[in-house]
Amino acid sequence: MSTETLEKPVVKEAEPLFSKRRKKFVTDPLNDDNPVTVQVLGICSALAVTVKMQPTLVMAIAVTLVIVFSNLLISLMRTLIPNRVRIIVQLAVVATLVTLVSEVLKAYAFDMYKVLGAYVGLIITNCIVMGRLEAFALANKPYDSMLDGLGSGLGYSWIILAVAFFRELFGSASIFDFKVFAAMGLDFPTNGLMVDPIGAFMILGLIIWVQRTKNGYVEH
Amino acid sequence: MRQSNAYVLLFSGVMTIILGGALSLASVGLKPAQTKQIELDTKKKILGAVMDISNLKTGEEVLALYDKRFKSVVVDINGNPVEKDAKGNPLIAEKIDIQKNHKVDKEVRNYPVFMFLDENDPSKVAAYVFPMFGSGLWDWISGYMALDGDLNTIKGVAFDHKSETPGLGARITTPEIQGRYVGKEIFENGDLVSVTMVKGESGKPQDAHHVDGMSGATLTGKGVNAMLENYLSSYTAFIKKQKSASGQSAMAF
Repeated sequence: MSTETLEKPVVKEAEPLFSKRRKKFVTDPLNDDNPVTVQVLGICSALAVTVKMQPTLVMAIAVTLVIVFSNLLISLMRTLIPNRVRIIVQLAVVATLVTLVSEVLKAYAFDMYKVLGAYVGLIITNCIVMGRLEAFALANKPYDSMLDGLGSGLGYSWIILAVAFFRELFGSASIFDFKVFAAMGLDFPTNGLMVDPIGAFMILGLIIWVQRTKNGYVEH
Repeated sequence: MRQSNAYVLLFSGVMTIILGGALSLASVGLKPAQTKQIELDTKKKILGAVMDISNLKTGEEVLALYDKRFKSVVVDINGNPVEKDAKGNPLIAEKIDIQKNHKVDKEVRNYPVFMFLDENDPSKVAAYVFPMFGSGLWDWISGYMALDGDLNTIKGVAFDHKSETPGLGARITTPEIQGRYVGKEIFENGDLVSVTMVKGESGKPQDAHHVDGMSGATLTGKGVNAMLENYLSSYTAFIKKQKSASGQSAMAF
């Protein structure tokens, strides 16, 4: 036969490391598809650990690490995981990672471990983690899954850090334990409401309000 | 194939072994660092009851200072030294978990005493630190109380808690509340009266056996009172022995 039928070597264009599609994995959850304010997941820890900035930062890093690596592991195993037990497999992987984070904190950041204590363990129940595994990692390649996890982790992080910023500023008159008002020479009365979880609800509500007004997002 | 029971069982088994193995490795590998952190935390709390240690930056400095200035002993409810636990292992005061210890019956509990030695004359005890444990409003509270060398005047206290309400009961960890205990006395005419936190926050100074309360945290205050009463009464035998011993000569431990 003629040469036309000869198979052309399939040159699959390698996707750039940060292609437009991949960038969206990271940027979408920051605003338009934020896990906390739009999907309303992970609210529990957004209330519990946001009294001060420093523990909040540790929590944000811990959650981001857990999402990224559980996404990676589940994505690597996605062709092996039997469908019937996939939830329990995800749970086991997440629980292992969370326990590792908790043990490392206990060994190298004991003061943080004492503050965050149970909440680190409760990352297991953070819906964002399992949500990303179910919705993304089970059906996508490892690298994409990591990016997706990073996006969700950062989306969660900036929200809880924003909540913690206002709670610490008004509740304890400090930022990262630095007494801002005292440094400015102002006598600022602290607001007990901000130290309570109610303060977190209010600030989170305000953030959601501002964000939805700006994005024109409506619940369907 | 991926749906067969055998595959599911095999997959679960292998996964359990791998994850379990990883966790065991981490646990064993991190154990020394964790033990050291817990030890450091305990010693920081003990030191914190007698002096300001906020100028000490590293853990090594804290441990060095502790080793230099502290001696410890474990006593029973009658004030007699205990050297071995029920299994015959040597007892180390710093290693006693006060939370676990608290669950044991009061009569047979081991009571650690930490002695803060005089800076110039290490044969004298400048302060005694007693660990204590009890219940707050929501969960456990714990504390270290330091008594002056006279075993009556409070030199300082350091309270800790698990989940008292922030801004209310959790104030027991603040210097403001703990400072109220300094200079109070636990004995009157040789009888233990402890120090009681009153109800309500008047802002007025109280007599030698009472401290001002915490507004909105009366129940946490009650927990603290009960804890002090409970443990000080257990230490009374030791304190009395120590007092009469130091009346004659320097006690020997």
